[in-house]
Amino acid sequence: MKIFGIPIFPDQASTFAADVDALYFFILATCAFFAIGVAIAVIYFGIRYHKKHDGEIGARIEGSLPLELLWSVIPTIIAMVMFGWGASVFYHLRRPPAEAMHIYAVGKQWMWKFQHLEGQREINELHIPAGQPIKITISSEDVLHSLFFPAFRTKIDAIPGRYTELWFEAQKPGQYHIFCAEYCGTNHSGMIGTVTVLEPAAYQAWLQGGAIEGSLAQRGAKLFNDLACSTCHLETGQGRGPSLADIVGTTVSLQDGSSVLVDEAYLRESILNSQAKVVKGFQPLMPTFQGLISEENLVALIEHVKSLSPHAAPAAPAATPTPAPAGEKK
Amino acid sequence: MLDKLKIPERNYLNNGHGLASWLLTKDHKRIAIMYLISISVMFFLGGLFAVGIRLELATPAGDFVQADTYNKFFTAHGVIMVFFFLIPSIPAVLGNFLIPPMIGAKDLAFPRINLLSLYIYWIGGIFTLYAMLSGGVDTGWTFYTPYSATGSNSNVVPVALGVFIAGFSSILTGLNFIVTIHRMRAPGMTWFRLPLFVWAHYATSLVQVLGTPVIAITIVMLGVERGLGFGIFDPTRGGDPVLFQHLFWFYSHPAVYIMILPALGVQSELISTFSRKTIFGYSFVAFSSLAIAVFGFIVWAHHMFVSGISTYAAMVFSFLSFSVAIPSAVKVFNWTATLYKGAISFETPMLYAYGFMGLFAIGGLTGLFLATLGMDIHLHDTYFVVAHFHYIMVGGAIMGYLGGLHFWWPKITGRMYSEFFSRISAILVFVGFNLTFFPQFVVGYLGMPRRYHAYPDEMQVLNVLSSAGASVLGLGYLLPVLYFLWSLKKGEVAGPNPWGASGLEWQMQSPPLTENFVEVPIVTHEAYEYEHVVAKEKHLV
Amino acid sequence: MSNAVAHADDHGHAHAHHPALQHHFDTMAQQKEAAVVGMWVFLLTEILFFGGLFAAYMVYRIWYFDAFAEASRSLSLFWGGLNTAVLIGSSLTMAMAVRCAQTNKRSATVNWLILTMILGTVFLGVKVIEYADKFEHHHVPGYNFQWAAAHPSTSLGAGEAAAGAEHAAPGAGGAAAEPHRELALNADQLQLTTQIYFSLYFTMTGLHALHMIIGIGIMLVITRMAWQGKFDEEYYTPVEMAGLYWHFVDIVWIFLFPLLYLVERHV
Repeated sequence: MKIFGIPIFPDQASTFAADVDALYFFILATCAFFAIGVAIAVIYFGIRYHKKHDGEIGARIEGSLPLELLWSVIPTIIAMVMFGWGASVFYHLRRPPAEAMHIYAVGKQWMWKFQHLEGQREINELHIPAGQPIKITISSEDVLHSLFFPAFRTKIDAIPGRYTELWFEAQKPGQYHIFCAEYCGTNHSGMIGTVTVLEPAAYQAWLQGGAIEGSLAQRGAKLFNDLACSTCHLETGQGRGPSLADIVGTTVSLQDGSSVLVDEAYLRESILNSQAKVVKGFQPLMPTFQGLISEENLVALIEHVKSLSPHAAPAAPAATPTPAPAGEKK
Repeated sequence: MLDKLKIPERNYLNNGHGLASWLLTKDHKRIAIMYLISISVMFFLGGLFAVGIRLELATPAGDFVQADTYNKFFTAHGVIMVFFFLIPSIPAVLGNFLIPPMIGAKDLAFPRINLLSLYIYWIGGIFTLYAMLSGGVDTGWTFYTPYSATGSNSNVVPVALGVFIAGFSSILTGLNFIVTIHRMRAPGMTWFRLPLFVWAHYATSLVQVLGTPVIAITIVMLGVERGLGFGIFDPTRGGDPVLFQHLFWFYSHPAVYIMILPALGVQSELISTFSRKTIFGYSFVAFSSLAIAVFGFIVWAHHMFVSGISTYAAMVFSFLSFSVAIPSAVKVFNWTATLYKGAISFETPMLYAYGFMGLFAIGGLTGLFLATLGMDIHLHDTYFVVAHFHYIMVGGAIMGYLGGLHFWWPKITGRMYSEFFSRISAILVFVGFNLTFFPQFVVGYLGMPRRYHAYPDEMQVLNVLSSAGASVLGLGYLLPVLYFLWSLKKGEVAGPNPWGASGLEWQMQSPPLTENFVEVPIVTHEAYEYEHVVAKEKHLV
Repeated sequence: MSNAVAHADDHGHAHAHHPALQHHFDTMAQQKEAAVVGMWVFLLTEILFFGGLFAAYMVYRIWYFDAFAEASRSLSLFWGGLNTAVLIGSSLTMAMAVRCAQTNKRSATVNWLILTMILGTVFLGVKVIEYADKFEHHHVPGYNFQWAAAHPSTSLGAGEAAAGAEHAAPGAGGAAAEPHRELALNADQLQLTTQIYFSLYFTMTGLHALHMIIGIGIMLVITRMAWQGKFDEEYYTPVEMAGLYWHFVDIVWIFLFPLLYLVERHV
């Protein structure tokens, strides 16, 4: 939105942008009410009760318990409403829908690297389809960063050594800003880009033009062999490591008696800290790959393992049944 | 008919001459003056960096200074303003000067520790300035890891050391105030007869004493991480960079209450004096200071809503963050009610008090946006946050400081300043401030992130408005230096109570004796009793 | 509520007062109370100061319990226990010193203070021994840290704990002195996470040792004042305040010892 050509309000480009803006206007109205109310009162009193002669003093009024209660209780109630409304919007912002399309992002000084499951890799640019929930899993290669889409009204920090995620569903095709919102050194303000929201058909067209190396999962399959994972994780289950077929989404029992859900976090942990949660019935023989594998390759490996569980996880990409490169469906 | 007033022959300013009599003094008033000079120097230094920032941001491209230089500018601005100006300001200058007379004491409980705190402040300042001059620091005043531990190759350790040292100055000041207020009150000065300025400083001191050690240890951990290669926050060695944020904000959030609580105390004194009426709801205002101090300790993670904390934790901290708003609102309403049926006049201190009301209200209310979870996701680390805290720190704390300085200047120096120029300055500050920072709310919601030295073209107009406002604001700050200095020699002699204010400090001569009172006062009436003040004045005439 | 006596008129020297009475106080009692409140507030700040380290310790111990247990077991119970006894003893001697000052026994006060300082110095000497041992065994983070290499208290010897053993049999990688259960972390992971333990170990005990050194410095000053006869029944506050500080430093160690030395120890 612009006034005299000056933008003063960002585009509402996601499905929940309007929710966030509604919350904003509610808080704004409440604050304006109190601020203006106090301003009017103090200005009015300043004029009405201006000192008229030397030596004049004010009335002796010490207080009023009913008034104190009134102006403590009412703000408390208003605060609770703000909290509740804000918490519910927050909850919505942090719960990606099951059918969200998955994209990986890695922040590094000073660029954003995006990886689509179909194999496209983008730097500082992100192409996505409109009308499709998108979930982005983010990590960092070095220091803290923060992935921020003002037009979608969402952001989350990128933390080294951890995955974080955000989601949105873009409605309006167009181009919008991507910013890094956590100071990260010299070129922090250069760590910006553009997210391009395309109509679904245009997005498919864009997808076709891109993939050269094969999908993320295909790259992961190659790594699976190169890093000798296949020597222990035999499909038969007779190897030194458990079979990884159809494992994602199931719950496995561990050596210490507890159990764990096999999801991306568990897969990541098993690669980087293999002795932490060993499956029951197997020896803790797996080496760790901490420091030996980049974030991008880690993500490719995880996608490959996920591709071995075709009936598992819900997240399917855009509904059009295009053939390869998205060969292994999820 | 009044005799022409004269500066009293014997006072704390001429009780001993020469540098040694100042540098080795135990007089809380002289220590306050030395603090005043020191923090004023720091203020203008921090302001210089702000000028650099606003000059760069007048154009979208990063063309005024290099990126690294800009990063050092905003780091220097933050470190100096927070640790070397705002945190000491009102307590070290006005608190030091006024708390003993306000409670009827001859000095603070530990005068030598007071002097020590000044020395420590100087040493910390020197370390920090050395680090700035020999290459600077570019981590931001928040020193987040891993960047500050392993990413940055700037002078992190010397600056961290400077801040660490200065923290002890803050702790000792707080400790001194707590013991003084507990043990040195004059006969008849019960807790509920204390000026609200004293209550505010008591609450501030609690925060200083409990919070500052935590940032001290956090800096130690950062120091050993960076200097000795320990790996406490290093993710490649199993460490957690977010742990740093928890430890850092555990202090730094209460720290913002160290910065504002004293100004809230000044505000009570100004509103009461210039409406010649007791503060409405005295005990509510007194307890609200304590409430702010306590609640301030349990909300720190509202700075970390997007740092990867769990949804559950975020909900808890958001809920608690609203709790701090309530006592602040109570104060604003009580001040407003004080004005009702008062006898109001608008000398310069009252202009500052009025400005404070509006700006503190806006600053506090915009905090509600940030406490609200769904809202903060969008607003975190944008210029909205920058605007919010500047409204409180500058529109609130600095205006409180200036208002207090203008109010007690006659007591401190025995002289009045030019009312004409001081009113102009107050108006310039108010107008310049709003022009500087209000556009930042707008550009923040648009999405402009913090700590950017280059930004998209469409955000330029708002940034230019902000930079223009900064020049007006700067002028408003420079004027007081001129007319205050002028007043020292040429200002009208003030006499003991030019404002007709209540409070024991106005019963001293201006400037006061070294020992404050000729005879220890015995207190027989409540605070803010103007009938008493008028009766006393009639006695003198 | 003030205890100030209402000398409404003069504050001059018409009445004799104790030479140690500072002039901004009205009575010795007021001066002493101020000192006591001040010292307790200061100790409160010290609790918060160490508290940050304890918080970090707590978080990492929960996350990497096995690393903490292994590393803890590599510390010497003998030296740690000895130091604990030494410090507790020094608190006893300190308390005796305060009592003697209170009852105006000058030379006894001095003797107890000297004994306290000796015990404090013994403590520091033992810490030097322990730190030197850590340097020898490459247990200093950021400085050639190697966990798996030279493991001091294990009966398996250095050769067994093969650094970087990829497929080590269970237990050998993090060869504990008492391998009574299987660990969740292997050699590489222990190499990483025990560094965190030792970072905290050195920071916490180092900070504590620094406080001991300062404490001994304070004791020197107090001893000199006692020797000069500055204390009597009415004024022994500095001794008492120094005692409070000393006891506090002792108490910090009493927390540090079990947290650092006694993680999953089995007799």
